[in-house]
Amino acid sequence: MIVAILDVVVAGLLLGGIYALISVGLSLQYGVARVFNVAHGEFMMLGALSTWTLNQAFGMNPIFAMAICGPIAFVIGYVLHRTLFKRLRRISPSIGAFEGSSMLASFGLLFIIQNVANLIWGTQTKAYTFMTYPVSIFGALFAANRLVTLAFAVAFGIVFYLFLARTRLGKAIRAAAQDPSTAALMGVNINQVLALCFGFGALMAGLGGLLVSMSYPMQTTMGLEYTIITIIVVALGGMGSIPGSFIGGFSLGLIGSIVTKIEPGLSLAAYYLLFMLLLWIKPTGIMGK
Amino acid sequence: MNRFSPYSFGLAVLVVILLALLPLYGSPYTVILVTSIIMYAALTVSWVMFSGPTGNVSLAPAAFMGMGIYTAASLGKFLPLPLVIVVGAAASLLLALLVGALTLRLKGLYFSIFTFGLVLLLRQLVLWYEVTFTHTRGRFVVVIDNTTIFYVMLAIFVVLLVTAYLLRRSKYGAALEAIGEDEEAAAHAGVNVTAIKTIIFGVSALFMGATGAIMATKWTYIDPYIAFDPFFSFMPVLMAVFGGMATFVGPIIGAAVFGLLEELLLTQFPFYYMLMFGIILVVAITYLPNGLTGLVMKWKKGGRTANHANP
Repeated sequence: MIVAILDVVVAGLLLGGIYALISVGLSLQYGVARVFNVAHGEFMMLGALSTWTLNQAFGMNPIFAMAICGPIAFVIGYVLHRTLFKRLRRISPSIGAFEGSSMLASFGLLFIIQNVANLIWGTQTKAYTFMTYPVSIFGALFAANRLVTLAFAVAFGIVFYLFLARTRLGKAIRAAAQDPSTAALMGVNINQVLALCFGFGALMAGLGGLLVSMSYPMQTTMGLEYTIITIIVVALGGMGSIPGSFIGGFSLGLIGSIVTKIEPGLSLAAYYLLFMLLLWIKPTGIMGK
Repeated sequence: MNRFSPYSFGLAVLVVILLALLPLYGSPYTVILVTSIIMYAALTVSWVMFSGPTGNVSLAPAAFMGMGIYTAASLGKFLPLPLVIVVGAAASLLLALLVGALTLRLKGLYFSIFTFGLVLLLRQLVLWYEVTFTHTRGRFVVVIDNTTIFYVMLAIFVVLLVTAYLLRRSKYGAALEAIGEDEEAAAHAGVNVTAIKTIIFGVSALFMGATGAIMATKWTYIDPYIAFDPFFSFMPVLMAVFGGMATFVGPIIGAAVFGLLEELLLTQFPFYYMLMFGIILVVAITYLPNGLTGLVMKWKKGGRTANHANP
């Protein structure tokens, strides 16, 4: 009995770590750059499938692949903001109009990225094996790769939190999140900061996808479900709050793991119910202002 | 564009008559193609009915259409066609009123996400129901000949156009317009914001449900993945953004262009078609904020102000 409960709890925490990491990315893109990036999950998919390719073609260890996939994801995100979203920001009459049009544009990106990936990788499900030997936690058995995934997700979250809290650039990002026009008056290069935020968001998604690929099979259509989960996590934790994303991510991971144990066909329905309740009770999220 | 000039009214009637006679002079292939274009036009015009004036981007069309599709699949054997369509439309209306009452208070983006999640939720719920209780995955739909489908689809579309036109000119349309301009100001002026939004959201869903109910008969076999395909949520948005939302012609042009492109490309080059779909969406939003018709109107207006000098 205790082992069964532990089984569910630890599985939920392992899943929650990934949810938390990718949600930090979306939280940054929406909380600071005001882009509700519906293509967020597609950056994950790119990270996962690129890692698969590196692993299959060169036998590369996924942990080393981070050094390649991370910077590439960052650059793609940064360039996207400098070109597309910067222009949308300029032509939008209000911040509300910008949020609407940038969301629609990100739907366009979703189709573009997903179908470029379809042309490159095809639609079959792919997987590789990495550290699959079991590790026992209080009697419940888990593959070592899941633990590596969790450790990296938490480490990335902490590093990024320290970056925001302690560095000068982090301070500029926080200022831009609170009030972009005042931050600009105080000498913050606002376009640069927003583009960096978007790049960091893409980086988190790419690394999240890489971590997912260590223990789960992947295909080009995997992104959308993660996007929906991420949106729920961000709504749960509060926009722009890193601790909120972690609380939200782990809670959703736990709930998902419990529901999957009872009735696997209804996990998305459970997330959705939670989302509905939350929007009703506290629309700003657990850590939201 | 609140009034039709007698010319454009006459033109609209002429086009409808020409379309109604299509099965007499067109090939069966043309009839099927035009049916699919009218389907997209119906989805887009009903989407614009709510999302155009309010600016709240609804991503629920696939959910409402799916309701119609499933009604046709489960009741098609027992009820005559007109009744199936009425039930499908009513089911969509009920769902829309429920969803509207729950979520139309939400801030714009949350509403979009919520409506999009609705499509995926219904897909999962219906799939779960079918697998658990009926032990099947999909259903067969009673087949109807293409000419009948064409006429029913055309009739639904004409009713929709008349409804959308009357609604836009009525006090409800004016209230919706006011809500879109400034929700708080509209509320202070005595508009019951949530009620108006919910009702018009419901009316737009009603037509999407009717469209789904008749189009299901064309597909012969459906499952939750076919019926609740998020693609049908994006198409109306893209067609409206591309064509422009200020007039009725804009969405119809958008629907015709993409309906034709889909016919030419989708079966042979699905990935390229979807890729192009994404590129056009991004380009249209970045460079054509008011769509094709907006571009034409701007060009016309530009010509006119040039005559007057000193704006």
